[in-house]
Amino acid sequence: MPREVREVVFVDGVRTPFGKAGGMYAETRADDLVIRCIRELMRRNPQLPPERVDEVAIAATTQIGDQGLTIGRTAALLSGLPKTVPGYAIDRMCAGAMTAVTNVAGGIAMGAYDVAIAGGVEHMGRHPMGEGVDPNPRIIAEKLVDPSALVMGSTAENLHDRLPGITKERTDRYGLNSQLKTAKAYADGKLQPDMVPVALRSAEQGWGLATADEAPRETSMEKLATLKTPFRPHGRVTAGNAAGLNDGATAALLASEETARELGLPVAMRMVSYGFVGVEPEIMGYGPIPSTEKALKKAGLTIDDIGLFELNEAFAVQVLAFLDHYGIADDDPRVNPWGGAIAIGHPLASSGVRLMTQLARHFAEHPEVRYGLTAMCIGIGMGGTVIWENPNWDGAAK
Amino acid sequence: MIEHPNEVVTKALVRFVQVGAHKAAVITLDNGFDHKKPNSFGPAGLRSLDEAITAATEAGPAFIAITGKPYIFCVGADITGIPFLTSREQAVELGELGHRVFARLKNSDIPTFAFINGAALGGGLEVALHCHYRTVSGGAAALGLPEVAIGLVPGWGGSQLLPNLIGVPGAAQVILQNPLTQKVLRPQQARELGLADELFEPADFLERSLEWAAGVVAGDVTVERPEVDKDMWEGVLFFAKQQLDEKLHGAVPSANKALELLALAKDATFEDGTAAETQVLADLIMGDESRASLYAFDLVQRRAKRPVGVPDKSLARKVTKVGVVGAGLMASQLALLFARRLQVPVVLTDIDQARVDKGVGYVHDQIDKLVGKRRLDEGTAAKLRGLVSGAVDKSVFADADFVIEAVFENLELKKQIWAEIEKIVSPEAVLATNTSSLSVSAMAADLEHPERVVGFHFFNPVAVLPLLEIIKGERTDDATLATAFAVGKELKKSSVLVKDAPAFVVNRLLTRVTSEIFQAIDAGTPLDVVNEAMDPLGLPMRPIALLQLVGPAVAFHVGETLHGAFPDRFAESENLKKIVDAGLPVMVDDEINPEVAKLVAGGSAPLSADEVRQKALDALAEEIRIMLDEGVVAEAQDIDLCMILGAGYPFHLGGVTPYLDRSGTSERVTGKRFLPQGVASLPA
Repeated sequence: MPREVREVVFVDGVRTPFGKAGGMYAETRADDLVIRCIRELMRRNPQLPPERVDEVAIAATTQIGDQGLTIGRTAALLSGLPKTVPGYAIDRMCAGAMTAVTNVAGGIAMGAYDVAIAGGVEHMGRHPMGEGVDPNPRIIAEKLVDPSALVMGSTAENLHDRLPGITKERTDRYGLNSQLKTAKAYADGKLQPDMVPVALRSAEQGWGLATADEAPRETSMEKLATLKTPFRPHGRVTAGNAAGLNDGATAALLASEETARELGLPVAMRMVSYGFVGVEPEIMGYGPIPSTEKALKKAGLTIDDIGLFELNEAFAVQVLAFLDHYGIADDDPRVNPWGGAIAIGHPLASSGVRLMTQLARHFAEHPEVRYGLTAMCIGIGMGGTVIWENPNWDGAAK
Repeated sequence: MIEHPNEVVTKALVRFVQVGAHKAAVITLDNGFDHKKPNSFGPAGLRSLDEAITAATEAGPAFIAITGKPYIFCVGADITGIPFLTSREQAVELGELGHRVFARLKNSDIPTFAFINGAALGGGLEVALHCHYRTVSGGAAALGLPEVAIGLVPGWGGSQLLPNLIGVPGAAQVILQNPLTQKVLRPQQARELGLADELFEPADFLERSLEWAAGVVAGDVTVERPEVDKDMWEGVLFFAKQQLDEKLHGAVPSANKALELLALAKDATFEDGTAAETQVLADLIMGDESRASLYAFDLVQRRAKRPVGVPDKSLARKVTKVGVVGAGLMASQLALLFARRLQVPVVLTDIDQARVDKGVGYVHDQIDKLVGKRRLDEGTAAKLRGLVSGAVDKSVFADADFVIEAVFENLELKKQIWAEIEKIVSPEAVLATNTSSLSVSAMAADLEHPERVVGFHFFNPVAVLPLLEIIKGERTDDATLATAFAVGKELKKSSVLVKDAPAFVVNRLLTRVTSEIFQAIDAGTPLDVVNEAMDPLGLPMRPIALLQLVGPAVAFHVGETLHGAFPDRFAESENLKKIVDAGLPVMVDDEINPEVAKLVAGGSAPLSADEVRQKALDALAEEIRIMLDEGVVAEAQDIDLCMILGAGYPFHLGGVTPYLDRSGTSERVTGKRFLPQGVASLPA
C-alpha cells in the first residue's frame, strides 16, 4: 500500500507547577497531576472532539503505585476521555515524555493516529529514584558498566573528569544564570500561561492551590560555593548546579498537520527529526551531543541552522559539555531563554514536554527563527534530541 | 458555654492561595479522619470555624471560600452531642452559636463562597447557604436538610435561607418531603433547584471552583438566579400541610414546626426568622420526639450494622452456590436478591418445569427492568442472567452451601423437603427457611444434622425492606448462625437475632395489634373508626391498608398460629374469617371496600377510637414485655429496630418502646419502663 509520511505538529502543551520532593505535592497523587494536565489540555482546545484523540502515551520512570497501572490508559479514563480512547505507559527515564512525543509522532506520521496526547509524570517524593530497582548482578560481575553509572550525580562528576575545562566555577555560574533567567521569566509572566493550577491537599493545612514552581530560589556565587558535593568528596556537582528532586507532570497535544488544520487546532511547532543515541552509561550527560548529531544529520541541517535551544539542565556540566562541543557561549541568549531545570526542576519523565512547550512559546515570539531543538541526557547513558520547525517563521517570505 | 465532652472536632483550617490576580482564603473543614467519619459541627467545631473566619477576614482576601475534606463537605450538627444538652438554655445556646458563626459568612463584606465538594447535610448545607455563592461537585454523594426526619428542624438558618434562595416549593421538598421519604438530593438536582450556582466535575472541582470564584469577584462571571415567587408561598405551604396531615395526622411535631418556619420565611427579617428557628429548635431538642428519633437513628446507623449476640464472624462458612426451593414469587425474589448481592450461582427448583421456567423467567424480567432503569449495567446483567438457573431435579443442590426454602407454610411439607434435600447436600450446607410463623426447631427436629437449620425471615417486598430476622433454632450451631449473619450482611440487610418463638418479632407484634383491631370490630366498632384509631401515632399505614398489604389470608394464618400458641392474647376473629372467605380486597382506590364493610357484622359494645388505640398500645406493651422476658430478642432496642426496619414504624416513636414509655403505657401495663429515662427520651 503506497502511503505518504504526514507532517506531525505540536499543537499545545501544559504542565503542573513543579514541586520539590516532599514539598507541596506530598499529599497529592502522581496520577492526579497528569490527569490535571490532560483535562486542561482538552479544555484549552475545545475544538478537539475528545473521541478524536487516538492515543494517550504517558511516561513515568518508576511505574508502580500511583504511577503504575498502565498510567496512560488509567489517566485517560480518569480524565474523562471516552472509554474508546486507548493509552499506554512509557519509560525512558528522563526522556520519558520526549519519547512519548516521538512515539506518537511516529504513529501520526505513518497514519495510525490523527491526534494523540503525550506527556509524563514523576512524583519523586512518592517514588524516589531507584525505588524497587533490582540491577542485574552481571553489570558488576562482567564489568559491563561502571557501578557509578546508576547514580546520576556520579555520572556528572565523571563527565567533569573527562572535560576538565568545565570548572565548578563555570557550572555554578551557569546554575545562577538559570535561576536569574527563570526569575525574570516569572516576572515577565512567560511561564505562567502553560501552567495548570493544582489543588493541594494537606491534612494539616487544608486545601491549597499550586500556581508556581516550588524549586526556584534566590542565590549567589558565594552561596553556591558553600554547597556540599554529595556525590564525591571535594567534587563539583552540588544542588546549585544540578536539577533537584521534583514532582510534576506535563502533557502535550500532537496531531497530523492536516488534522490540526481540519479541526482548527493551533500549529505551534512542526517536527523535523529526532534522534536517540546511547553513550557510555558512566558519562550519560554526554548523550545529547551524539543524539543531536544524529537528528541534525537526518534533517539535513547543521547546528548553525538552529536558532533556539531548550536543553534539559539535569546537570550544568552536561549542558556546558554540549555548548562547548558546538562552540556556543555559556550565556548564549538562544539557549534556555527562560532558565531551565536547575531552577524550575526536573520531575524526570515529565521534563521533555516542558522543553517543547517552552520552545513553542519562543517560536511564537521569534518568527525570525526557523529551527529549534529540544535535547536531554538520559539515565543509563543516552541522549535524545528533537528538532522542530517554527511555523511562524517569516524568512520564507523575505 | 456548652461543651460536648466526646466531640470529634471538625477543625476549620485556613490557607491562602493565589488565583490569577486574586488572593483568596480557603477554609477547609476537616476532622482529621477519612470519609468514613464525616465532618460535623459540635460546639468546638463551630468555635474553630469562628476563628477561621476571623483569620481569613483579617488578611483581606479578594474572597473567602469554604470547602470540605475529600468526599465530605460537612454532614451537619454533631447529633451525638444532643444527649448532653440537659436544659433548654443549652439548646438555645447551641442554636445561637451556629447562627452567630454562620451569619458572619452572610454578612461578610468580602465575598464568600461554598465549594460543596462532597456530602453536605443539615448544618453542613446551612453553612453553605450562608455563603454568597455556591458550587457543587458532581461527585458529592448527598445534599439535603434531613433534620425533620430526626425530630428537628433546619435550625441554623436553613429554613429561612433556602426558601428565599430557591423558592418555597423547592424548599418544602428539601426540608419536608425528602426527609420524610428518606431522600437526599443528587448534585445535578441541587444545581437545577438553584441550590448551587455552578456544578463542576469532581476531577478538578476545586481548581474550577476557585477559577470561577475569581471570575465572579472580577466581574467576568455573572451569577444568575431566578427571582423567588412570593405569591404562591401560602398556597404551596397549604398544600404541603394537607399532604403532611393526610400522611402523618399531625404526629410529627418537627414537620409542623418546619412548615411554620417556612411560612415565616416569606416576610420575616433574617434576624427574626433565625431567632424563631432557635426557639423552635430548642423546643424540639427538649422534646421526647427528637430524643426518640435520635435513638432510632442510632439504632439504624449502628446497631443494625453490628447485631447483638452473634457468634464470631470467623466461624462463618463460605457460600459459593445458593439453592432456592420453590419458584413462586417469593422464591424468585429471593433468587434475584441472592444473585445480585452474592454474585454466585443460584438455582431454583419446583415441582414441574413450567413453574421452574416461570420462576427463572421472572428473575430475567426483573434483571431487564433494572437495566432499563439504569440500575444495572449490561455487563452485570449478563453475569446475573448466567448465574440464575432452575431445575426440577433437586440434585442441582448437591454442591450448594446454602439452601433456602420459600414454599407454602406447612410444617409437614417443609420437614419433608428438608429430609429430601439433606440426602443431596453436604452435612455442612446451611438450610434456611423463610417461614414467617412456623417453628424452626420443629422443622429441623427429624433431620440428621438439625444444627445447620436456621430461620431467615425476609419482609415483603424483599428488595426494599431492610430487615432480616435470623432465627436460631434450639439446635442451630454457631457456624450456621455466623454464616447466616454473614450472608445477611452480604445481602445488605440489617439482621436481628431472634429466638425460635411463634411469628418471631414483627409479625407477632403486628398480629397482636391486628388482633386488638378485630376484637374491636367484632365488638361492633365501625371499620372506619377502627381504621383511624391509630392516626395520632403517625404510623406509615392505617390498619386496614396494612391488612391489604399483608393479605387477609396470610394475616389470618399467622393469627391462627399465634392463637394456637397464646390463645389468651391472640383472639380469633369471626369477621376476619368472613373477609378471608369472601376473598374480596379490603381496600379499593385507597378507601375501605364498601362490600367488605357490609360483610362485617355483630357486636353490641362499640369502642371509641381512643379506646381502640389504648387497647392496641396496651397490648403492644404487654406483648413486648413478654417477648423480652421470654428472650425472643436480647433487648428492647432489637424490638424497636425490627419495628422500624420491618414494619416502617417511625423514628419519632423511636420504633415503639420509647413511645410506650413516654406515654406511660409500659409502666401502667407492665409495671416498668422498657428503656431507662434518657436513653430514648429527655434525661431525668
